[in-house]
Amino acid sequence: MLYIKCPYCGMRSQNEFSYGGDASIKRPELNKEISNEEWDNFVYNRKSLRGKHLELWQHLSGCRQWIKVERDTATHEIFNTYKADEEVSK
Amino acid sequence: MTQTFRLDKGGLINRDKKLSFKFNGKTYYGYEGDTLASALIANGVHLIGRSFKYHRPRGFFGAGVDEPYAIVQLYRNNETEPNIKATEQELFEGLEAKSVNCWPSVNFDIGAINNFLKIFLPSGFYYKTFMWPKSFWYRVYEPFIRKAAGLGVASTKHDKERYEHKYEYCDLLIAGSGPSGLASAYAAAKNGARVILAEDKPRFGGSLLTNDVNIGNQSGEDWANSIISELKKMPNVIVKNRSQVFGYYDHNMLVMSEKVSDHLPKTNKYHPKQRLWYIRAKEVLISSGSIERPIVFGNNDTPGVMLSSAAKEYLKIYGVLVGKNPLVFTNNDSGYETAIEFKKNGINPIVLDSRVSPKSEIINEAINLGVEIKFSYVVVAAKGYKKVSSADIAKISDDKKQLGEIKNIKCDCICVSGFWTPTIHLASQSGNKTRFKEEIDAFVPGVSKQNETTLGAANGVFTLEETLKNSFIAGYDLSKKITNNDNKISFPNVVEKKSSKHDKFWCVPLPKGKNYKRFLDFQNDVAVSDIEIALKEGYRSIEHVKRYTTLGMATDQGKTSNLNGLQLVSDIENKVVPAVGHTTFRPPYTPVSIGAIVGREVGKHSKPTRKSPMHSWHEKNNAVFVDAGVWLRPRYYKQGNETLFEASKREAKNVRTNVGVCDVTTLGKIDIKGPDAAELLNRVYTNAWLKLPVGKARYGVMLREDGIVMDDGTTTRISENHYHMTTTTAQAANVLSHLEYYLQLVWPELNVNVVSTTEQWAGAAIAGPKSRKLLEKLFPNNDVSNEGLPFMGYMESDLFGVKARIFRISFSGELAYEVNVESDNGNFMWEKIIELGQEFQVQPYGTEALSTLRIEMGHVAGSELDGRTIPYDTSLDGLVSKKKDFIGKRSLNRDAFTSKDRQKIVGVVPLDKKTSIPEGSHLVKDAKAPLPNKKLGHISASCWSVEHDNPFSLAILKDGKNMIGEKLFVMSPLKNKVIPVEIVSSHYVDPKGERVRS
Repeated sequence: MLYIKCPYCGMRSQNEFSYGGDASIKRPELNKEISNEEWDNFVYNRKSLRGKHLELWQHLSGCRQWIKVERDTATHEIFNTYKADEEVSK
Repeated sequence: MTQTFRLDKGGLINRDKKLSFKFNGKTYYGYEGDTLASALIANGVHLIGRSFKYHRPRGFFGAGVDEPYAIVQLYRNNETEPNIKATEQELFEGLEAKSVNCWPSVNFDIGAINNFLKIFLPSGFYYKTFMWPKSFWYRVYEPFIRKAAGLGVASTKHDKERYEHKYEYCDLLIAGSGPSGLASAYAAAKNGARVILAEDKPRFGGSLLTNDVNIGNQSGEDWANSIISELKKMPNVIVKNRSQVFGYYDHNMLVMSEKVSDHLPKTNKYHPKQRLWYIRAKEVLISSGSIERPIVFGNNDTPGVMLSSAAKEYLKIYGVLVGKNPLVFTNNDSGYETAIEFKKNGINPIVLDSRVSPKSEIINEAINLGVEIKFSYVVVAAKGYKKVSSADIAKISDDKKQLGEIKNIKCDCICVSGFWTPTIHLASQSGNKTRFKEEIDAFVPGVSKQNETTLGAANGVFTLEETLKNSFIAGYDLSKKITNNDNKISFPNVVEKKSSKHDKFWCVPLPKGKNYKRFLDFQNDVAVSDIEIALKEGYRSIEHVKRYTTLGMATDQGKTSNLNGLQLVSDIENKVVPAVGHTTFRPPYTPVSIGAIVGREVGKHSKPTRKSPMHSWHEKNNAVFVDAGVWLRPRYYKQGNETLFEASKREAKNVRTNVGVCDVTTLGKIDIKGPDAAELLNRVYTNAWLKLPVGKARYGVMLREDGIVMDDGTTTRISENHYHMTTTTAQAANVLSHLEYYLQLVWPELNVNVVSTTEQWAGAAIAGPKSRKLLEKLFPNNDVSNEGLPFMGYMESDLFGVKARIFRISFSGELAYEVNVESDNGNFMWEKIIELGQEFQVQPYGTEALSTLRIEMGHVAGSELDGRTIPYDTSLDGLVSKKKDFIGKRSLNRDAFTSKDRQKIVGVVPLDKKTSIPEGSHLVKDAKAPLPNKKLGHISASCWSVEHDNPFSLAILKDGKNMIGEKLFVMSPLKNKVIPVEIVSSHYVDPKGERVRS
């Protein structure tokens, strides 16, 4: 079971969180004309990386905040966690 | 029978407490502190079961978790449990156990014929033989194999025992209480760290209890006891025996199974049988020790052949002799320690040592005691069927390839020592890539992957002094890192005997003309010849060899067999062992009962049960409940001998003719506040929300980004910046997360707060033509006329002193209201409604009537909003704004979603107006068309229309828009039904929606 550092609540067990997918995906702006391809990339297409991955988790049974977690998908190592509005250092 | 193999004195058992127990129906006696195994051996019982494949006689091989043979069916307090190791099961008064895998009895077992037909059972036998014909597998082969190859029987009764889960955090978790575990725990605890020390056996101390050593002028056992009693007194230490740390998971999470009551005749009141600990440790010290390896020789599975360390343990801990005429066969000094113990107790062992001329303190001691020793000698084969009666022995050449003249000597047990295998399971599970250590011919942990450190024998260190030194340092260093304390304890003086080097020899060659079975895996009956066949057939990867031959796949997980298997593969392949590699170590290290894994989450406890504030009223009024997500909702209120069908029809009819009341507390409710609340709703819902006036409700549909309908419900504007959203019962949690996602991540600039208020409000839907009259009685001071409270209107009021919210919304299609009060007042509200509604013939209605009412109205619910439908499909496209953007809108103009013959909701009526249509049935054009008959749509919901008094269903039908009036067939192969039907509008009642506005 992963041990995730919620930026608001500290180290908490995985069973308090729910997974929310790739955090690098940006929703296209409202009312903006975009191609089918752009929309598909937003809705469906994911890289499914092996290795370092920035992903979203929600601290569901806790502060209910959506957070960003930098995790290695192969080893489960967590490098860093960020608040939703925090800049992610490269 | 008396305990003829019990010594007069010695051991750690309590001789003052005699216990009686039964094995295979016969009564025996043992002492408190015995295991079932030690008590049976004390009584001279060596035949305990039959082997898995060949049904060969099985005795005892080890004295603990590594035991491959002695598996029994246990009977305790009117329960039975299979797969119990006799070497681990502590004796209690009245214990009963039976042999497994034998029929009709362990002494005369019909399956043993496999042993004489063994030419028919080579590796891969099942794969090769039971392949054809396919139909034979279920009817003939599998039942036969299952009957012949069982390892006990699981109870079919409900398990009344209690199992607990516990979460714990600590600085250091120490797995194993041998010398390294005790030393590191002591050093760390003295330095202020929070320590958990876990020992799988009942007694702490590990090898200190059986080895002849001296620490700080105390015997190993006394030193262990003094450390443990000191640790137990420390507030920062948890010491647990009978607790196996069996799994090492991500981020230093370890799981431990504590057998709280298995050693007692019956679990004490309020105690669990077992407890599963989830431990998050900052650092983990693995001090799991090592397991002795067997040497492979002919018939080495005969009862009486056992590990020499086990023989020593039976002697030292239980005061039990495994034989009175023992032969010790060793390739290292450990065998001598066992021989010395025998000798000290008046027994004359013979030692066969495969080495040419080893010299050490231990060997000298044996010589001085007069132990008979034969160097360069090996056991070629054990003789005897149900128990060893003699051994064929021979001199072996220095290159270990040639056997000299074979002699037969009498013996009643053969104690084997092939050196030691570190128990590296936990380290390997943590992700540590193990390495092969040449000096000990075994794998040890490599570079730590998580925060784990392996110490002592588990790390391939077999001298006590080095082990204690390393462990004191590790305990101190790791605790210092965490606590920043600097309390170092002094290192005690250690006295131990020096050993000489072991011999790499591990397998005795077959003598000419002999074809003895030489077993590697004792539980799954995998012999040297099986591995040879697998390699001849082209299997190379050790993982494949394992699966093909089942080496190491039994319940003991190859604790005594894995390394010898690897040795054999590397010998045949002419590779070194590390090049062959080992198979993956996976948790659990030892079998864990399903009960412990499940814990308290059994039956109704597997999820929370939520009840509305009116629940007790429903119960008192004969409600029959149904699970709706985690909620319990009344399905119908039974009157007399009514069936579900009759009751729901009565309740629905009463709504259409009089007035009904339904508990709708379970609907999801979300309170939305903030200046941008309207803007949020406008983006979340498909329809327009910016102009909804205060005091008005609106129905809305929300989509996922892929255009699929996510949920629907009404939202009411309570005040300028305050909205009350309702969701379906099922989607309540998802919708809240959905809103939070957009507010926190996508549009953080919106100034809005959302919070769930589902449980804060109790809700009652009051529906039917007489509902307004009832409302007038409930709220005499309010104008609830059609003008005062129009359709989709909202009003705050007072229900006889209780704050109430009144929404004029309808799910039933009738004139209807929904009244909400704070949850604590729910029951008060409900009873008022029932009381004042008497004169209007009010009746409560359950979810079944609720469904009937919504289906015949054509209102969609979860069965239509099933994660596959877009607004058009469910005729909600009128609510899709063309002007504004919203979540999922861009997806709606994709080709598939705009195709001309897109599926759409329709109504379905059977032509005979009688036959009920099963939900989930398919709609087809031609009932007699050859298979696969093209599916045009499916029935999503069915009811008996109370308005028309005939069956009515909703369906999602391809090109549904143009199918009204068509005649189709409903097919339900599951119910074996073909029903001719007519397609009608989904609005079967009041298609113009006049009633809700009346």
